[in-house]
Amino acid sequence: MIDVDVARRVGQFSLNVAFKNSAGITALFGRSGAGKSMTIGLIAGLARPDQGRIVLDGRVLVDTEMHLFVPAHERRIGVVFQDSHLFPHLGVKQNLLFGRWFAPRHERTLSFDAVVATLGIGHLLDRAPAQLSGGERQRVAIGRALLSCPHLLLFDEPFAALDMPRRLEILPLIETLRDEFKIPIVYVSHAVEEVVRLAAWVIVLDNGRVTGQGDPAEVLPSAASEDPRFGGASVLTMRVGKRDAAYGLTELLHPSGTIWIAGPAGAESACVRIVVKATDVTLSAAPPRGLSVQSVLAGKLARVEAAGPLAIVDIALAGEGRLSAMATRRAIDELGLHPGDPVFALIKTAALDERWVGGAG
Amino acid sequence: MPAFLSPAEWTAVLLSLRIAILATLASLPFGILAAYALARWRFPGKTLLAAALYLPLVIPPVVTGYLLLIAFGRRGIFGGMLADLGIVLAFHWTGAALASAIMGFPLMVRAMRLSFEAIDPRLEQAAGTLGANPILTFFLVSLPLAMPGIVAGATLAFARALGEFGATITFVANIPGETQTIATAIYTYIQVPGGDPAALRLTLVAIAIALAAVIASEIIQRRGEKRLARSA
Repeated sequence: MIDVDVARRVGQFSLNVAFKNSAGITALFGRSGAGKSMTIGLIAGLARPDQGRIVLDGRVLVDTEMHLFVPAHERRIGVVFQDSHLFPHLGVKQNLLFGRWFAPRHERTLSFDAVVATLGIGHLLDRAPAQLSGGERQRVAIGRALLSCPHLLLFDEPFAALDMPRRLEILPLIETLRDEFKIPIVYVSHAVEEVVRLAAWVIVLDNGRVTGQGDPAEVLPSAASEDPRFGGASVLTMRVGKRDAAYGLTELLHPSGTIWIAGPAGAESACVRIVVKATDVTLSAAPPRGLSVQSVLAGKLARVEAAGPLAIVDIALAGEGRLSAMATRRAIDELGLHPGDPVFALIKTAALDERWVGGAG
Repeated sequence: MPAFLSPAEWTAVLLSLRIAILATLASLPFGILAAYALARWRFPGKTLLAAALYLPLVIPPVVTGYLLLIAFGRRGIFGGMLADLGIVLAFHWTGAALASAIMGFPLMVRAMRLSFEAIDPRLEQAAGTLGANPILTFFLVSLPLAMPGIVAGATLAFARALGEFGATITFVANIPGETQTIATAIYTYIQVPGGDPAALRLTLVAIAIALAAVIASEIIQRRGEKRLARSA
């Protein structure tokens, strides 16, 4: 259980953040400059708040009123930084063992071999950090933080410097950490798909303030649509259906219809969340026929919000959930769509694959 | 070598090396501390301290030597106290080491400070989050990463100590077998008729030692840099 309530001012920027959470992975979500990394720094003890309190599992780490400040090295909070910050003068193995030397003997609960095996870095142990690729470096950094046996693990946009394939390689690892090593995690990200995939609880930060928190499926769509940079995206909770092995497709079921995605999505009848970008949704006033699109969800038009020549269309799906679609204003007028009208949302399967799917855990 | 140099010249060479090594080793911990403090800490009077450390570089060496004589002479402020403890620096080879250390200190600190400043402070922060306290972080992360600069600074100080003349001759004079170094011996030989060959031999030795020191430090640094390549 982590309980944070801190304020800090640096130059023009003021941070004022309060949240508490005990769920597996808590995501701090927001655009860059929202104060995510500063919050992480305050939790880790790399900076002092001007005011406030941080309590982790009943242990007070900071309390400005009591003039209490536990320094970083006594907090036992592991941090995985944006750039791995491996020690360049030490080998991979020594990097991994660095934090372990400082962990009290009885708290060294994670075995070196288990962590190395889980992260798949056994073959890298004799190398120098300079000889590693970006993805390898980040995995070693995760291992190094883990092996210090922390009470809390902070991830500060660990994939910001990695390309999509490398992210896909490491995202499942973090899920494994969550499930296997049972360490609470606070995860900073501005990528919707990462948050959806990993987090059980999301805290949305904007300009140094908490603007929303809750289940990712509820919080993210509104947070995402407020920020044009995300281009609008929706999060749908769906159930995994049959797998079409011959074509490599998986069926995802929703009361309003079916989506096919490329690749696997988990065990049959498992609950998953999926991110659908508004630009990948096509609207139809009538049930579509003779199209290559096979993923269709039915619902009612809830709201049309014009944005220049484009409009963001909110669809209330049959059953539950909302879906955002992006279309031109002219197309909507020519279809004669008005709020309350039935509408069919076509989603291009090729736009979706496993990376957009996360366990609803 | 002894055939190449006369016993007196040989004595001056060995004494020079002894003085330069003592001066370098004894000032090393202070140099590292000062460099780290200037690179990383914020404290009142930091600018003043930095200026004071560079003073020996800009004031005439004779002045430094004279100030040392005032402070550490037998009747000096510190000299008297040290004499009671049985430590004599004036006109003694250890005094020459002190003069050399002070003259080389700015060069040493400058090189080391630059290399401490070049270390990404986030590496030190990372060490902190892994449980290393500031002292251990210094010895396990900062110091090894600054090693190329520390080697460079020590080499510069060593070379400076070998060549130290003005402060040394003022503070400890030019006593053969006690305080006569390569530099002061060369000075003596060129004052004496027929001393030129000896002066030339010592000159060659001085060049050889300085060259060896610089090459050794270059090799050590290159090796260190290779290891730290792409350190980010």
